[in-house]
Amino acid sequence: MGIGGSDMYRQQILDHYKNPRNYGEIEEPTFTHVGENPMCGDTIEMDVVLDDDESTIEGVAFRGDGCAISQAAASMLSEELQGMETDVLEEMDRDDIIDMLGVDISPMRVKCAVLAEKVAQDGLEIYLGEKDLDMTTTEEDD
Amino acid sequence: MATTEPDILDIEAIRADFPILEREFGDQQLVYLDNAATTQTPDQVIDTIADYYREMNANVHRGLHQLSQEASIAYEEAHDRVAEFIGAGGREEVIFTKNTTESMNTVAYAWGLNELGPGDEVVLTEMEHHASLVTWQQIAKRTGAEVKYIRIDEDGRLDMDHARELITDDTEMVSVVHVSNVLGTINPVEELADIAHDHDSYIFVDGAQAVPNRPVDVEAIDADFYAFSGHKMCGPTGIGVLYGKQHILEEMEPYLYGGDMITKVTFEDATWNELPWKYEAGTPIIAGGIALAEAADYLDDIGMENVERHENELAQYALDRFAEFDDIEVFGPPAGEHRGGLVSFNVEGVHAHDLSEILNDYAVAVRAGDHCTQPLHDKLGVAATARASFYIYNTKSEIDTLVEALDDARQLFA
Ligand SMILES: Cc1ncc(COP(=O)(O)O)c(C=O)c1O
Repeated sequence: MGIGGSDMYRQQILDHYKNPRNYGEIEEPTFTHVGENPMCGDTIEMDVVLDDDESTIEGVAFRGDGCAISQAAASMLSEELQGMETDVLEEMDRDDIIDMLGVDISPMRVKCAVLAEKVAQDGLEIYLGEKDLDMTTTEEDD
Repeated sequence: MATTEPDILDIEAIRADFPILEREFGDQQLVYLDNAATTQTPDQVIDTIADYYREMNANVHRGLHQLSQEASIAYEEAHDRVAEFIGAGGREEVIFTKNTTESMNTVAYAWGLNELGPGDEVVLTEMEHHASLVTWQQIAKRTGAEVKYIRIDEDGRLDMDHARELITDDTEMVSVVHVSNVLGTINPVEELADIAHDHDSYIFVDGAQAVPNRPVDVEAIDADFYAFSGHKMCGPTGIGVLYGKQHILEEMEPYLYGGDMITKVTFEDATWNELPWKYEAGTPIIAGGIALAEAADYLDDIGMENVERHENELAQYALDRFAEFDDIEVFGPPAGEHRGGLVSFNVEGVHAHDLSEILNDYAVAVRAGDHCTQPLHDKLGVAATARASFYIYNTKSEIDTLVEALDDARQLFA
């Protein structure tokens, strides 16, 4: 077996890549945010709808382009986020994403995996006025 | 074109010099096709480094003791050997740096920052590596000079009419890549040097993908500066070369100050050492320099004309094999046209990074990404490409393995 390789592309990931869930746009989202991973040229743009007291995520849609890991992660995350409390989203980290993907991600590809999560988190924080940012990039390792 | 003639090189014998090629991952033998990023190191070069540390290690130019003398002589002679390898006038014109990037920055800082100003122009190409593109871009920002880019055509060749249009009397520096690390294009650097000199401009040639793969004669090119890296030509990492014409290097300010690069220092001032030491401040990578000379010996034994033919043949073979598939897009000059030993490509529907990761399962090492040429990739309209790049130890059957592995990636993503 290789050193990461096709294990990483287990059925689930390939399925989400080929048939992304919640792909598209939401009219009048609470916020929209975009991010990119310059290394792969991956982009993710996400629309999020919050409930009235802004504590729960009611709807998510995304559009994007890029490698299988980044796009599958966005698709899977879009499902997880439905009905999630916003403070749970704020607490998410890379381990949650890797758990969600259910495969080992080689170190070079972690940035691809976490792009969607960072877009969702940054989008929320910008909306809540906790952060000032035009676009998320997964340049920094975190 | 690819042929079925026996190979020009004795591949078996060459492969035996490279212990790393025997590595296996799982039960698959390594197929190393990432040579444009870095080449593997033959025993001869590894032994040179080990022998240096076992028998000769001392600082250079500083000690009167025997070891220091031996190390100094070997290190200095390495400059002579490298000068000979690239057709330079002598050691005065060969500065050891860390890599191509540092060679580029040496000229950018030592010459560019001091000499450029508003109204001056630096002409690059759209296929420049970030080593030159980013460097001149930043120097231009700091000096008020302007950067212009020679266009490439749809087959990845330079538009020479555009070059003649862009290079004018305002041009102070033309900085061009000799062989593109993405397209494999071999640029007409002699012609570009003529055009540059007609307008009293310098020309800097980035030979990172040329010196390892073909005979290079800096004087025949009439390059004012020429740069390359040891680790792409069987040498170790940490050693690179800046060639410069002697009279220019004499006039230019040093870029790094410190020990070894001075003759006399007072509390008030200092004077500079003779060439090339004026540009080699501090303790250099001595073993690396000596090993680079050994790498030059190794390659000359094979013969650089043979290396060039072998590389072109493998590239043509790869192009032929890729042409069997409608979903493989290749970049750079079409099959049949002489090129460097690399092919960048994409498989429709599979991101280059996914591709590279799947190939890794077959122990096939290729690079995927923008290969430090983001603007070129923007121009090509793709975020990333996969690149197979060949060297003296690669074979057509390894390219067959690559093509088979691509087929499996294709199935996975279908
Ligand atoms: C054309 C070209 N220029 C410059 C470089 C930079 O070389 P280095 O990283 O050794 O400085 C490379 C290699 O990556 C290259 O292919």
